[in-house]
Amino acid sequence: MSNPTTGSVEPRRFFLDRFSIDDHALEETIGQAIARRADFADLYFEFRSSESFSLEEGIVKKANKNISQGAGMRVVAGDKFGCAHTDDVTIDTLRIAGETARAIAEAGGSPSAVSVHVTAPRHDLYSLGDHPLDVALADKIDLLNKIDIAARRHDSRITNVMASLGIEQKIVLIVNSSGVVVGDVQPLVRLSVTCIAEENGVRQQGTSGGGGRVEFSFLTEDDRCLSWVRTAADQALRNLGAIDAPAGNMTVVLGPGWPGVLLHEAVGHGLEGDFNRKQTSAFSGKLGQRVASELCTVVDDGTIPNRRGSLNCDDEGTPTGRTVLIEKGILRGYLQDKMNARLMGMEPTGNGRRESFGHAPMPRMTNTFMLSGESQPEDVVRSVANGLYAANFGGGQVDITSGKFVFSATEAYLIEDGRITRPVKGATLIGNGPDSLSRISMVGNDLALDEGIGTCGKDGQSVPVGVGLPTIRIDGMTVGGTQA
Amino acid sequence: MSGQSLEEIASFLLDAARRHGATEADVVVVEGDSLSVGVRLGEVEKVQRSNARHLGLRAFAGKSSAITSSADFSRDSLARLAEESVALARITAADEFSGLPDPSEVATAVPDLDLYDPSIRELTAEIATEWCREAEAAALQSDPRITNSEGGEFAAGTHRVAYAASNGFAGTYQSSSCSLSAVPVATQNGSMERDYWYSARRRLSDLDSPASIGARAAERALRRLGSRQVPTATVPVVFDPDMAASLVGHIAGAVSGGALYRGMSFLQGKLGQTLAPEIVSIVDAGDLPRALGSKPFDGEGLPTRRTPVIARGVLQNYLFDTYSARKLGSRSTGNAARSVADSPGVSPTNLYLEAGSTSPNDIIRSISSGLFVTELMGFGVNPVTGDYSRGASGHWIENGEITFPVSEITIAGNLLEMLRDIQAVGSDLDMRRSICAPTVLIAKMTVAGS
Repeated sequence: MSNPTTGSVEPRRFFLDRFSIDDHALEETIGQAIARRADFADLYFEFRSSESFSLEEGIVKKANKNISQGAGMRVVAGDKFGCAHTDDVTIDTLRIAGETARAIAEAGGSPSAVSVHVTAPRHDLYSLGDHPLDVALADKIDLLNKIDIAARRHDSRITNVMASLGIEQKIVLIVNSSGVVVGDVQPLVRLSVTCIAEENGVRQQGTSGGGGRVEFSFLTEDDRCLSWVRTAADQALRNLGAIDAPAGNMTVVLGPGWPGVLLHEAVGHGLEGDFNRKQTSAFSGKLGQRVASELCTVVDDGTIPNRRGSLNCDDEGTPTGRTVLIEKGILRGYLQDKMNARLMGMEPTGNGRRESFGHAPMPRMTNTFMLSGESQPEDVVRSVANGLYAANFGGGQVDITSGKFVFSATEAYLIEDGRITRPVKGATLIGNGPDSLSRISMVGNDLALDEGIGTCGKDGQSVPVGVGLPTIRIDGMTVGGTQA
Repeated sequence: MSGQSLEEIASFLLDAARRHGATEADVVVVEGDSLSVGVRLGEVEKVQRSNARHLGLRAFAGKSSAITSSADFSRDSLARLAEESVALARITAADEFSGLPDPSEVATAVPDLDLYDPSIRELTAEIATEWCREAEAAALQSDPRITNSEGGEFAAGTHRVAYAASNGFAGTYQSSSCSLSAVPVATQNGSMERDYWYSARRRLSDLDSPASIGARAAERALRRLGSRQVPTATVPVVFDPDMAASLVGHIAGAVSGGALYRGMSFLQGKLGQTLAPEIVSIVDAGDLPRALGSKPFDGEGLPTRRTPVIARGVLQNYLFDTYSARKLGSRSTGNAARSVADSPGVSPTNLYLEAGSTSPNDIIRSISSGLFVTELMGFGVNPVTGDYSRGASGHWIENGEITFPVSEITIAGNLLEMLRDIQAVGSDLDMRRSICAPTVLIAKMTVAGS
């Protein structure tokens, strides 16, 4: 339970020691796994050490520490794959996992020789001086207590504060049938703050937070955590006096940063390789075609240092990269893992991700955002006679086949005569991916990435991601309030 | 301690925690095996098998507590786990309401609720694959407009849970679950629609037939073709059973003791009030044989039971675990849910809206102009205020008939008003999930569209 793992860890050595295996056993296991007519096989070792602390009603009530570990073996043959996962890692269980996984490949062939060689990841995006797991427990508890005090001091109408701090370190090692052995040590920190405000019997909540693959001190530098406290508290307070959202079709302006979740839902998922190979995405077969207004250039970039969505390599060992998805409105690329890239005759883009050793990899986003345009953000707002300004969102969801997506504003205002006026509550926006993007008529010069709290769910697997957006204007979206 | 039983491991940890100075402690150990297979366009696409074990120890140092959990079952690691748990408990704040339930409250017997199907362990990937193939084929063959498929998928797992606490409770049980689904894609005039259907049960023999699952999935995808927006209006809205179940899910969140003591529920302070017409009764029942949400004891070793939440329109009970019950001066309702890595929280078991007497067809026929909702999207529900606004699709009802498919709209209201405005409850309750409901008619909601 104590952490043998922080400081400098060499993943290969770590796993070989921990599970008492050697390079020869790895070579044999992988060789045996591709013995039939398999295209490739990989073995994924994972050791995840995490802790979390939560505060409510003015005290830190919870402190949890968790260790999970295990290995996943996968064999791919054509468009089929077999997977076996175990948390009881021995030579024997790996061998059984290999047999189970390869049962999917057709009979025939004989064991292949694989000789493994260690490769260093191409990037070094989050080497930390002090690992956040090693910071004194008292400092972590102290931080949560300070957040509580700050929120209550901010306004006497703040009646409850919930704050939680989650820290993890994941050590992974990927060994594949090309002989590549690549490891990574992935830190992750996330702080979240929820405030409840109450006035005249009306209650509202507001939530904010941030983090990344960063040191603990990141949370307090530049008073970051205090700015999240203010954001959460102000959101709750503002919602106390918010009016019901309008209902119907109108011009919508999205603010910079987290509203980039629109891209995540409206285009990101629809451009994942698996859906496009199976031709079940609203974007299937549209490479080279116009899918958005020419003001839009959208990229997925897993190489931004210290970001929540960044990785030195994906969970298949492919170095992450910067993939242009949409360039000036034209569809340019998909997000690929190895299997889907091979079947589509494309290159893997470093987007093969899995929640844990107990899940199979699939194409996923990293940090997805739209590049800045040329408009001043004030001009974007000023250009709208009547509409909605959405500054912050909760979660979103998409049906990738029909392209319909929806997301809910947690902070939104009416725009009246080119000015942001009254706060509104309960605004849900719904649209159709390609259609909404073609209605983007202005793009601000103020691209911002989110604060580092996003988690994306697909097929029951959650992975950390980032989003970003400059201020944009969308001419005509359906706003789902109650005021018809 | 790999060779030892879950009970032995639990008792070793309780002893170790006590030795390190814990005043109270509890341990949960879970282990499970799972199989999932997928078939797409008639070919096997994936076969996945896994096994996993995990345990969690909660230690109390007086009124402070902490949890450590691990997948490493070696004796050394368990000993360290106990030591760390107690050390961590000492640094958290004292909370006067914390602690294990009183020994008088814990279950004295572990009833057999028929939750385990031994045939799931024997099932081969080949047989499961065949079911997937049949389900998908039934969808693909049902209509030429079904042009593509995300496949048929089967998943099953068996689980064993052991829970022991220093208040004297120790119990174990086994359970299983299985599901079969199909996801066809329908195409018309260049636009695609995808839909699904599934069956999920404790026992293999209780699953719906693969062919019926495939046919139902295809019918659902086909009926979405050619959908359009409707103009913004305030109209009656009919929720199909699965969508009505999502409303029951929002009620579940709001009657949970955890949300109530945090001030995060729109049903706070409403106990004893009439919230809905007499046709509305919602029950939580944790002891139903074979049901997906059943368990013989809850996450704190208390017996599960039947709790009326709303009876004939009146809010009768909230759902509690021990902690939230103590905070609010009440008693646990046996609704503690415990995962290995976190302290107990409140969760419904089998929560359902009782069936009414009106057939779903009669409900549709009673509407001159309105919306029939078959899908909801997004997270636009505010648990604190009950404000509700979600993306929706379904069908337009005109003069009592379903006319054309509708999509890219939202429906909005407030859950308190929606409860009050329930006008009819269907007779078609099917306990196909742990939270379920029959068809429900709400007199009016705002539909936003073109």
